[in-house]
Amino acid sequence: MPKKWKLCAWLFGINFFLSAFTFGGGYVVVPMVRKYFVRKKELFSEEELVEMAATAQSSPGAIAINLSALAGYRTAGAAGAAVSCVSAVLPPLLILSAVSVWYDAFASNPVVSAVLAGMQAGAAALMVDYVVDMYRIITGEHSRFLTLLAPACFAANFIFEIGAVWILLFSCALCLLRTWGRNIRAQKMKKEEKIPKC
Amino acid sequence: MLITLFFLFVRIGLLSIGGGYAIIPMIQTEIVKNQGWLSEQAFTDIIAISQMTPGPLAVNTSTFVGMRMAGVAGAVAATAGCVICGIVISLSLYRFFQRHRDSKIIFELLCGLKSASLGLIASAAGTILLLTFFGSDGLPVLSQLDLPAVLLFSGTFFCLRKFRANPILLMTLCGAAGGLLSLI
Repeated sequence: MPKKWKLCAWLFGINFFLSAFTFGGGYVVVPMVRKYFVRKKELFSEEELVEMAATAQSSPGAIAINLSALAGYRTAGAAGAAVSCVSAVLPPLLILSAVSVWYDAFASNPVVSAVLAGMQAGAAALMVDYVVDMYRIITGEHSRFLTLLAPACFAANFIFEIGAVWILLFSCALCLLRTWGRNIRAQKMKKEEKIPKC
Repeated sequence: MLITLFFLFVRIGLLSIGGGYAIIPMIQTEIVKNQGWLSEQAFTDIIAISQMTPGPLAVNTSTFVGMRMAGVAGAVAATAGCVICGIVISLSLYRFFQRHRDSKIIFELLCGLKSASLGLIASAAGTILLLTFFGSDGLPVLSQLDLPAVLLFSGTFFCLRKFRANPILLMTLCGAAGGLLSLI
């Protein structure tokens, strides 16, 4: 039990921190989670993280919060999920209540926006680093379909600006078709094997 | 008021798949057009502030709208409403996937989703890259290339690949570097 308490306390701290350093959209949380949950604490594997990210993305709402909940759940069960969510939502609440008071001074300050631009460059580097590593895992599965699906989804979203929902649904449909086609082929093979036997 | 806010954001949270920027138009239609709680200008200001402050965009925006409407209690109600559906659904989806791991179809589906989701993350990374390098996410114009930002990005990327440096430390350094550069 004390171990679980410790884990929950760690989850609270780490999610608070991660959320406080999420600049430039919630996606940055994914590489951050990798750094602390996978590499430092080895609480789960990189493959599991990719799976969690996919789940978080397929669900409605903010991906960062969904992923926090999933990582917390995987680490310490329902209590972990609850602690993670609360601590991930706290920094925006605290910071925004402060910022809304000094809104004008904050928004028009050139140094503030320069600092934010710098952090954006950092966030971009984090995400590119993550994508490179995770794409290696996917190509490592030696499936031409999966290797091509990721760049195809990238192009669909980035170049053709197709909504994430449609891309995810279409990918699901493709997967189902693929398994279905494979089953049919397997059955045919079986039948062909049977014929000469008769 | 708090209850209305909560359920309004439950609906917004439930209908927005794909996170981040997908949520903004949704909140805009609900708050500005349907409810008329905020003016177009006030809403644009809120988005700008939400992008500047840390935290996921959707959470920031709902927190801010809630705060404007009903103070801190409103912020809590709106944020809770916005995230609750996502949390419940993603947890149940995760458990569902875990329980049916041995099923061939679920396994294939999950593999496909992983690949697709990585593609989407790559797309988000591309958008941020464009914003960092060119200051807008439209078609890049070479003359608008922000050289210091490119250097900052390359330096950070190098540190990540080579030394697996601490991301929070790197982010802080990047922010400091950005601030210093603007002062020079």
